[in-house]
Amino acid sequence: MAGKHKKLMERIPEYEERIRALGESVLANLVMVSEIPAPTFHERARMDFLLHRFNEYELINCSTDEVGNALGILPGTEGERNIIVVAHMDTIFSEEVDHTVSIQPNLITGPGVGDNGLGVAAMLSLPMLLEHLNIKLKSNLVLMGSSRSLGRGNIEGVRFFLGNTDLDISSGVCIEGVELGRLSYSSIGMLRGELTYRVPESYDWTRFGAGGVILNINEVINKILEIPLPRRPQTTIMLGSVQAGTGFDKTPTKAVLRFEIRSESEEQVMSLGQQIEDIAAEVASRTGAEVSFINIAQRRPGGIAFSHPLARTSRGIMKQLNIQPRISPSTSELSAFIDREIPAVTLGLTTGEDMAQPGESISLEPTYTGLTQLIALLESIDEGCCDES
Amino acid sequence: MNLNQWLKTNTYHHSAFSDLKELVERKQQKNLSISLCIPTLNEDKTIGKEVVIFKSELMNRYPLIDEIAIIDSGSQDRTLEVASSFGADVYLSQDILPEQGFKRGKGENLWKAIHQLTGDIIVYIDADIKNIHPRFAYGLIAPLILRDEVQYVKAFYDRPLAVSQGVRVSGGGRVTEILVRPLFSLFFPDLTAIIQPLSGEYAVRREVLEAIPFPIGYGVETSHLIDVYNEWGLGAFAQTDLDQRIHRNQETQALGKMAFGILQTFLRRMESLGKIQPFPNLSTVLRQFQAKEEQFEMLEHAITEEERPPMNTIEEYNNKFTGSKFAGRNKKKPRKTGNRKETENKA
Repeated sequence: MAGKHKKLMERIPEYEERIRALGESVLANLVMVSEIPAPTFHERARMDFLLHRFNEYELINCSTDEVGNALGILPGTEGERNIIVVAHMDTIFSEEVDHTVSIQPNLITGPGVGDNGLGVAAMLSLPMLLEHLNIKLKSNLVLMGSSRSLGRGNIEGVRFFLGNTDLDISSGVCIEGVELGRLSYSSIGMLRGELTYRVPESYDWTRFGAGGVILNINEVINKILEIPLPRRPQTTIMLGSVQAGTGFDKTPTKAVLRFEIRSESEEQVMSLGQQIEDIAAEVASRTGAEVSFINIAQRRPGGIAFSHPLARTSRGIMKQLNIQPRISPSTSELSAFIDREIPAVTLGLTTGEDMAQPGESISLEPTYTGLTQLIALLESIDEGCCDES
Repeated sequence: MNLNQWLKTNTYHHSAFSDLKELVERKQQKNLSISLCIPTLNEDKTIGKEVVIFKSELMNRYPLIDEIAIIDSGSQDRTLEVASSFGADVYLSQDILPEQGFKRGKGENLWKAIHQLTGDIIVYIDADIKNIHPRFAYGLIAPLILRDEVQYVKAFYDRPLAVSQGVRVSGGGRVTEILVRPLFSLFFPDLTAIIQPLSGEYAVRREVLEAIPFPIGYGVETSHLIDVYNEWGLGAFAQTDLDQRIHRNQETQALGKMAFGILQTFLRRMESLGKIQPFPNLSTVLRQFQAKEEQFEMLEHAITEEERPPMNTIEEYNNKFTGSKFAGRNKKKPRKTGNRKETENKA
């Protein structure tokens, strides 16, 4: 096994040049995927395109499911194991946004090209790339464009698949377009919540003052900031967005605060979630406003260890390709694998700028290294180099 | 020909041709070769994507197109560098048929492409399409592969867009509806069936392209339609709905120049076909106004619609294609090449 792995590591750098020869086909996939709007819960058109491509590549079991995932299987020569590659199809951009992508020699610009147009394009291009490199995996390669990943989607697509498939998945690789060097193999505990304050029609302004619900939210924020956070386990509260009011001269009657709690400890996450809910209720009780607390998404911490062969091999491949690894826990698709105790990692493919803006852009050149890393990892998994002994 | 009948049989939607595998098989059975020409002038924002999409999808994945060439009028930006970096063949218009000289204009590039490219079918696609997709080529090529009697396939764009800055509904542009359609209605009612006569995307058989003259400026599309109609009839046309096309919006004054050029070409054709009495020498200067504070300023644009003769009258072309299946066919003498004196004498 060690000998095979060594040989694999030695030939990795050759892959990059050969992958470069197919650059325009990967780019074409990137453009065609990214120009199909796919806001979370509305990924249908993008899914149709993926299935069309899967059929063109003559994958087997090309299908969708109840939640709109796109699936296809590249059969392995032996087919005893199933490796899954997942890229989420949805984006944060609504259908009204102009999704036109522009290409310059080393720069691709357009909404969602990095998150996650490139991830999907890379996944989609794998059959073509493997064929070009003359790599025949022993394992079945399950390719999946997952739906309902972001925000309220709460990685429902991949969760649904893993919860309902008959396939025995041995390993998972999640692909994100950005950032090359990203390596996640653990999930951090997370709770994503939304607090909404409303003032009822019968509100007594003379009693509570005319400041409206912005003051309520402001008070809640102040109290959240007073919550002591432990250094160990590492814990943070991110106040993600506040929306309130409609203009200059109208008393605001509705305010929404969105936040995310992250911690290495599940108990901390739960405890902080409870504290914020209590704060919200207390502030509401003093002002007569109505408050609702919605738990949008939740993740359990976990994952494989630093020394797990999958993590170690991933780092080794990055080292071989001179990629500086940035190891960080993830709250994305990886969590669904962790929940089911399936060894999995998340990789990034290139560098990006202005992420989550309509002018989001990614560099082309590092993509070839990113794709090389992905293929080398799949080969390593297939060779058994990432199995725990 | 009954227009409704023609619309029924010769108007397509691109989705009818999405089975590219079958289309490639039919192309191979008929032993056809197909060239894609993208005429350019300062298009570095959009050219890269066009080359990538067509090369990947219609050359590598499905070998429908045999060559992609950029014919450039002398771009000052990075058009040529971007296009060649993605693997397109890039030509300067002035380097093609140098003995014939160089004239600046899109029509010049289209005309020279006939000499430079080798396909039995040439498909022309404008370079400024932001939402480029393989359908822009295969939607136009397919009717020529599938129906031998079709010679010339024109694009139209039927799906409305959400209009925002710089983006406009493309179907039936302003110059079409205000100038060309009324003119066609008066003189060539059959041609009103062409939904978007000025669209810059069309696929044509070589034997037709080499036999018609090419205005080098704004009038090239209008002139093509009249000449092909005159020679081969409405049955030679087909048109394909390519859904939507997002491109730069043009200022009204730019459209005025376009209309002026088209009108010159149109009148010239009318004279040479004997449909109207010859005019005395007409002015070739378009006057427009712009206001500067309280002052009105007159702008004068000299717009002369020069014309290239049918390519099959050019010696170098005939020498190049000697021995090919096109040699010696359809040769036409130079006709109606925009020489007003000659035209007047004829009339």
